[in-house]
Amino acid sequence: MKRAILAVAASFALAGCSTTDAATTHRVTDATASTPAPEEAATVDVYAAASLTDVFTQIADEYMAEHPSIEIRLTFAGSADLAAQINEGAPADVFASANEKQMTVAGDHIDGESELFASNTLTIAVPAGNPGGVTDFASLANPNLAVVVCAPEVPCGAAAVKVEKALGVTLSPASELTNVTDVLGSVASGEADAGLVYVTDLARAKGVEGISFTGSEVANTSYPIAVMTTGDAADASRGFVDYVLGAHGQAALAAAGFARPGSVATDASAGK
Amino acid sequence: MARLPRWLILLAVIAAAFAVLPLAGLASRANWAELPDQLASPASRTALELSLRTAAAATGLCVVFGVPLGFALAALRGVTRAVLRAVLLAPLVLPPVVSGLGLLYAFGRKGLLGETLDAAGLPVAFTTAAVVLAQAFVAMPFMVVSVEASLAARDGRLEAIAATLGAGRSRILAAVTLPGIGVAVGMGAVLAFARSLGEFGATLTFAGSLEGVTRTAPLQIYLARESDPQAAVALGLVLVALAILIVAAAARPGRRVVQ
Repeated sequence: MKRAILAVAASFALAGCSTTDAATTHRVTDATASTPAPEEAATVDVYAAASLTDVFTQIADEYMAEHPSIEIRLTFAGSADLAAQINEGAPADVFASANEKQMTVAGDHIDGESELFASNTLTIAVPAGNPGGVTDFASLANPNLAVVVCAPEVPCGAAAVKVEKALGVTLSPASELTNVTDVLGSVASGEADAGLVYVTDLARAKGVEGISFTGSEVANTSYPIAVMTTGDAADASRGFVDYVLGAHGQAALAAAGFARPGSVATDASAGK
Repeated sequence: MARLPRWLILLAVIAAAFAVLPLAGLASRANWAELPDQLASPASRTALELSLRTAAAATGLCVVFGVPLGFALAALRGVTRAVLRAVLLAPLVLPPVVSGLGLLYAFGRKGLLGETLDAAGLPVAFTTAAVVLAQAFVAMPFMVVSVEASLAARDGRLEAIAATLGAGRSRILAAVTLPGIGVAVGMGAVLAFARSLGEFGATLTFAGSLEGVTRTAPLQIYLARESDPQAAVALGLVLVALAILIVAAAARPGRRVVQ
């Protein structure tokens, strides 16, 4: 249950792969034009939000196929866990957070600037067949329904509160969990009649249906990515970040249900 | 005591440091000046109170049902006893999340007994009762094994004498056997209470997490570590203190555990 433990496995960073002067860092703006010049072998430790698990695994595989000398090692956990691990000295080369707040938490270790690469929006998840007869957000206020959400203290819960306020609907949740995975678990098992999750989470859930609702856009979150000074492969890391921001990465993200960062109003306050 | 080889002492010191360092780590992150305020926060207090209440209820279940189960197990012999004991003590070593899934599929809305419980007006989904069930499930083996071991160490002579004096089965149990194993029952209860206080995985999986209803202290710590790590550490230190006190109470040196 503790994906964070993977971070331990990821901590065997290769020593002295590359030494880089930040001034010489070459920015590739279009990933499709990635350089054919021979690259120095490097291992890039990418710390990414749990919601990116499937799509980043795919993007990393594609990137490694194009760049045989580069190895991408992925560590997935909640963004807050990852930010805390980076602040505690985890050797992250790249950090991809599910919200801007946690990127700020790890802000001391950003090499250059972070850039937004995707955004996500809330949706209603119901068990297959929708036994509770959920139709829209307002129907979740039905006291006979067991509705589960993320706790207001964590980003997905803060987003739910924002939607409640915007739509003037007050929910009485049966459970306020710490992450979307636990919300999906409650819905998939049929224990809950409905849950609030991100659109992209539905793709990796079996036995769960999605019901989109108007007003979800008030709680859209943006995903920032940055090269981190805690790593030891700045050039290769920059290459991977550019690939995520480039055409290939963006296509994979769109296929996984993510929206482009500029296409929605971003959650600038990023607070709870 | 005989003198120990140096290498053994060295390994023992490493093991002791391994046990103590995480506690020191917790203590090093505590903001001692603000500790009382953090513990007085409504979220922390509610969670701690819920933990104490549910752990007490779960311990009660362990006494009422676990002691008879210990007796029944002790009365069996041979392979039956060995197999049954292995099955009944499994929750001790099961991953808590597996225990939680099992409880969900037994008592949850879609579980084996779910509809029966719903029809009886006793739905457990997302209720405090679910927390107590989860805690009792993982804590029961402590009581069973404690009672069974204590009974196995008795030779039955006192019970036989009581029988010759005309005492019935229940009278012998109440007047002779139970007082004889009182210490073991007490220890089983203390350990069951401690295990209930620390229950996390099965509770989260089976009962959910809602302030004042199902969010016990460990679940509050799990949540607070994202939003307020200092408060998580403060509450964690309370559980550490409770755990040390409980273990000390259960294992006072010189105490006779088995007759």
